[in-house]
Amino acid sequence: MARASTLARRRTVTGVLLISPALVLVTVFFLIPLALMIWMSLHKWPLLGHASWAGLANYTAMFKDPTFLHALGFTVKYTVLITPVLLVVGFGLALLVREQRPGVGFFRTTFFMPFVIGFAAASYLWLWLLDPGVGLLDRGLQDLGLASKPILWMETPNRALFAVILMVVWKVVGFTMLLLMSGLQSIPNEVQEAAKVDGAKRRQTLAHITLPLLRRTIALVTILAVAGSFLAFDQFYILTNGGPNNQTLTLVYWIYSSSFANFQLGYGAAMSVALMLVLMVITAVQLYLLRDETEA
Amino acid sequence: MSAAALFDRRARRARRDSLTAHMPAVAWWTVCLIVAALFLAPLVMVVLTALKTPAEAAASPPHFWPHHISLKNFSELGSSGAGIVRYVLNTTIVSLGTVLGTVVLATLGGYGFARFRFRGSNVLFLVVLGTLMVPFQALLTPLYSVLHVLRLQNSLLGLTLVYITFQLPFALFVMRTAFSGVPRELEDAAAIDGAGVLATLVRVLVPVVKPAVVTVALFAFFSAWNEFLAALIFLSDQARYTLPVFLTTLVTGRLGAINWGVLEAGVVITMIPCIVIFLLLQRYYVRGLVTGAIK
Repeated sequence: MARASTLARRRTVTGVLLISPALVLVTVFFLIPLALMIWMSLHKWPLLGHASWAGLANYTAMFKDPTFLHALGFTVKYTVLITPVLLVVGFGLALLVREQRPGVGFFRTTFFMPFVIGFAAASYLWLWLLDPGVGLLDRGLQDLGLASKPILWMETPNRALFAVILMVVWKVVGFTMLLLMSGLQSIPNEVQEAAKVDGAKRRQTLAHITLPLLRRTIALVTILAVAGSFLAFDQFYILTNGGPNNQTLTLVYWIYSSSFANFQLGYGAAMSVALMLVLMVITAVQLYLLRDETEA
Repeated sequence: MSAAALFDRRARRARRDSLTAHMPAVAWWTVCLIVAALFLAPLVMVVLTALKTPAEAAASPPHFWPHHISLKNFSELGSSGAGIVRYVLNTTIVSLGTVLGTVVLATLGGYGFARFRFRGSNVLFLVVLGTLMVPFQALLTPLYSVLHVLRLQNSLLGLTLVYITFQLPFALFVMRTAFSGVPRELEDAAAIDGAGVLATLVRVLVPVVKPAVVTVALFAFFSAWNEFLAALIFLSDQARYTLPVFLTTLVTGRLGAINWGVLEAGVVITMIPCIVIFLLLQRYYVRGLVTGAIK
């Protein structure tokens, strides 16, 4: 009896020792900052000097801050525009490469490759590619007769947004393709074949068999795209600088500017809390959808 | 005709009719090659431009092919800021530190969570997984203050510890799953031989879960090598910049002249290690991405 409980206690001690290094880091660099974020958001918190209690002033300030409201609207707009593009292009690519045939490995690798390059490097690559003077994109479009003069991509907010979407689709659509491809591969061949034997047209099979069976993969891809786009920073910081006229400022970009350029850390923290709540809702939806999968 | 052969023919016809399999080989290759060209073109063109002379790289309108192959852009990088070697070194230190820290902590922790359950250990695991719900970007403002108090601000060590922390939830999840799949008999046999917990873990179990370790290491490497926002905020001394932040120093003023050849040479140096490592180990990376996203 005594021996058994000593043994159990020893296993507990071993378990605690094994997980404690990871827990220390999570506590110091995650849990404490999380609590501090909420505390900071209730203060006027300069970079240097003393913080003073502000109550909910930072939160009410958000709704009177035109830059915040615009950044929120722009981030939603970017997310709403890019998500369907990633889904449709990714689905097309997944259909192209889902089946095992000679050469398919090369194409899967090629379509996915830009995903492993960082956002910063990819953005600086496209900054050059899109430059009206030295960039090759405008030169190529003119050679093909698609444009008569260089396109000034960063001159209007809509063109800048289009250019960023083009770059991001190039960079991340391979990931969308990969998830949709593994979803497609998990649909038993027999299901589609049965539909064919029953005389279903290709479009009918897609609409009534393939897409419904792929519902959860599509939901997952959508949520990953929404969460990723909502947190966009690098590509806008590098390609548009938030401009012209702060028109392409995203939420994370405005948090960054408020905290580290304007040194209003309390206000930055309040906006971070708001951002966190939005993302938690998105993640909760994700968890809900995935739980559904195990029940089905 | 046997039923099996009939079914086989039907299946073959069905397969031919299915969405893309109906595409004849020639059409499939044509479409795929065009799309592949679109994906590869930016990568090929940036390498070609980095190999131009600085003057040719700045030419407007630009040419597609370099007239003279030159390493001048790369040698100029050697004298930019603290020199490209320093930035490659900084990035390598942070990336390898993140890989090492993540692998060691996730291996220990994953083993603990999988095999040494105690009252509350599941709750702790859920807390760790719960951190995935809070975006890294939201925590940067308070993290700046925490690093400041710990005197780890503007330090590669501080940045590495932050990167490890944000890799841990995924890494612990992967390692716990991997250890749970190992038959207990392996540990029992080692215990009978008198091996301690750590010796069993390192000599017996880690070789069995090697694919998971490689997946965790790759994720840590890619995210640390490429991370931009935290490095931009936490590093204030130019000599400590990592490569993505160093690239910002090559663009001086949006309206000022950018030395395009040098900037794109920097882009090439930043992206090449990622592409090479991906091509060598893509099996592990892709499997991790698919299971990681679907977890």
